[in-house]
Amino acid sequence: MEIIQHLLDGFLIALTPLNLAVVIVGVVVGLFIGAMPGLGSVNGVAILLPMTFLVPPTSAIIFLAALYYGAMYGGAISSIMLGIPGASTAVATTFDGRPMALKGEADKALVGAALASFFGGTLSILLFTGFAPPLASIALDFGDAEIFALMLLAFATFVGLSGDDIPKTIFSICIGLVFSAVGLDIMSGEPRLVFFDVIGFMHGINFLVLAIGIYGIGEMLWTIEITRGESAMSKAVFSLRGILAHLKELLGTWKVATIGSLLGFFVGILPAAGATPGSLMAYGVAKLTSKNPASFGKGEVAGVVAPEAANNAASTGAMLPMLTLGIPGSPTTAILLGGMVIWGMVPGPTLFVDETEFVWGLIASLYVANFFAVLINIFFIPVFLWMLKMPFTVLAPVIFVLSLVGGFAPTQSMHDVWLMLAFGIGGYLMRKLDYPLAPAVLAIVLGPIAEPALRQSLLISNGDFTVFVTRPIAGPITVIALILLFLPLLKLIRDKVKNKKASGSA
Amino acid sequence: MRRAEIVTAVLMAAFSIYLMWKSAELPIGWIPDEGPGGGAFSFWLSAIMLVCCVLTMINWARRTTPPSQSTEPFMDGFARNKFVLVGGGVTVMIGLVHVIGMYGAIPLFMLYYIRFLGRHSWLVSLAISLSAPVAIFFFFDVALRIVLPKGYLEPLFYPLYDIFL
Repeated sequence: MEIIQHLLDGFLIALTPLNLAVVIVGVVVGLFIGAMPGLGSVNGVAILLPMTFLVPPTSAIIFLAALYYGAMYGGAISSIMLGIPGASTAVATTFDGRPMALKGEADKALVGAALASFFGGTLSILLFTGFAPPLASIALDFGDAEIFALMLLAFATFVGLSGDDIPKTIFSICIGLVFSAVGLDIMSGEPRLVFFDVIGFMHGINFLVLAIGIYGIGEMLWTIEITRGESAMSKAVFSLRGILAHLKELLGTWKVATIGSLLGFFVGILPAAGATPGSLMAYGVAKLTSKNPASFGKGEVAGVVAPEAANNAASTGAMLPMLTLGIPGSPTTAILLGGMVIWGMVPGPTLFVDETEFVWGLIASLYVANFFAVLINIFFIPVFLWMLKMPFTVLAPVIFVLSLVGGFAPTQSMHDVWLMLAFGIGGYLMRKLDYPLAPAVLAIVLGPIAEPALRQSLLISNGDFTVFVTRPIAGPITVIALILLFLPLLKLIRDKVKNKKASGSA
Repeated sequence: MRRAEIVTAVLMAAFSIYLMWKSAELPIGWIPDEGPGGGAFSFWLSAIMLVCCVLTMINWARRTTPPSQSTEPFMDGFARNKFVLVGGGVTVMIGLVHVIGMYGAIPLFMLYYIRFLGRHSWLVSLAISLSAPVAIFFFFDVALRIVLPKGYLEPLFYPLYDIFL
């Protein structure tokens, strides 16, 4: 019952006029960002984080969380209307959303997506509210060894589960961690990695410089190259009667929505997985369990409902490890975590003890944001469709300019702006060669926590690395991490053996 | 694509070696009673980066990854053209900030992009290019008290400072 009391207190914070306003603005901005092709929650959160210095930290994170949520709703709009996912998280929505729009059922698809998002969001926030406090209280006992083991696990998920090129994934993780080490060594106070003795590196590399570089400038360059031609928008006719008529059919999809939400939530917790694979898996399971799987891909409403429920649930799932363990479950939550450090908070389980108002205010705001997102989404669909007509040649310069001022604001140095440009262009070129960039962003946020944890635990154990395996909680975590790290290698060996057998028997 | 892959791998390997050398400016070994030295963390990570680059090179030689098999150009004419026009535009904008400040560089860049790359009408281009800096001024300089660089245009802002700050 303690949880309910906390939650009620949280609602008192989330419903103050400022926070309510911030939620509504956040949801609207998120819906817009999610709907624009090429921009997703991570771009919005990275580019707009410096703008939130205007409001107190609690309101700032409530705004960004609302934006995160809104973007998950918004992604469906362009998936359905343009056939291009508004964000990578909405890829699965195009499979059936686009055919529905072409059949003239765009309104059903859009309303279905919105309601499924609401369902997925609500179910996952309930799960979140139930899971977070016990998880945080377990994590309170964690020492340095456990924290480092958790970091190792977070990075191992990228290697074992993401499916990207493995040497390039590990490279991306390491370069992010090395960049986080630039500046003053916190333990000895000596300057380190001050490249070419440029004074600007003395204050380190702010994670926002990397995040805005990659997700602002790099992403725009990428999108300009990818979306060469003009996109054609489907027509949608809306009427209240039409929506009500669809409701009955949509209510029949509750089973798919539940499966999608659960899948999304648990996949979302993993740092490497998140909303995109979560929604793809939900689509797959929906098709598998359907009575007529042949209708999928031709405009089946369940094929829109499942991934949309899943991607919203995944965004809540990603916040669970961020708030309770201090390990972000997605690139977007990594940036939120970095923001919390800027606002003077210590991420991790102590938040639930030291910053109860903040934590429960944020959790309650998720309920509020979800409620407003579905209302705004359904009633303002025509407005969003109108905004989708905004030419990319107007949006792109706005994003570049926001990146410029956003890159300058946190540290107020032009050195960081140049560095951001270098990261943006470098990130864009490396992305073309299949270097994954999300691990680097996660690493630069986690680096300042991982390094001292590693050094402290080694100091205590006198340089003995077995401390990560022998401690009761750190042990199993490290073992799982190691299994994930070596999973690709095992697969490789298994394939080799199979090939040999196959060629031997032939 | 194939050439870009190996060039990047070699460049990144060289960068890793530079990082290892740079990390070694601080102690990278064990310091009694202090634990690992200040450079150890980044030294070993850079070493792992170097190993990853070597693995990428091996994959390149054996043609096992998509970029090492691809015969497509790394950037075709369209991509190169856009990259130079857009990337160059952003670079010039940032360079101009040092001379004429944010409030000189931003409208120029937006006008360049919207009018000349986007081919929108002068009315639309001017309306957006001129309203953006006003909004940014009130948000950053006035509301957030983050004074953005003004370059040689600083004197023009003195009357505004008197009114709003």
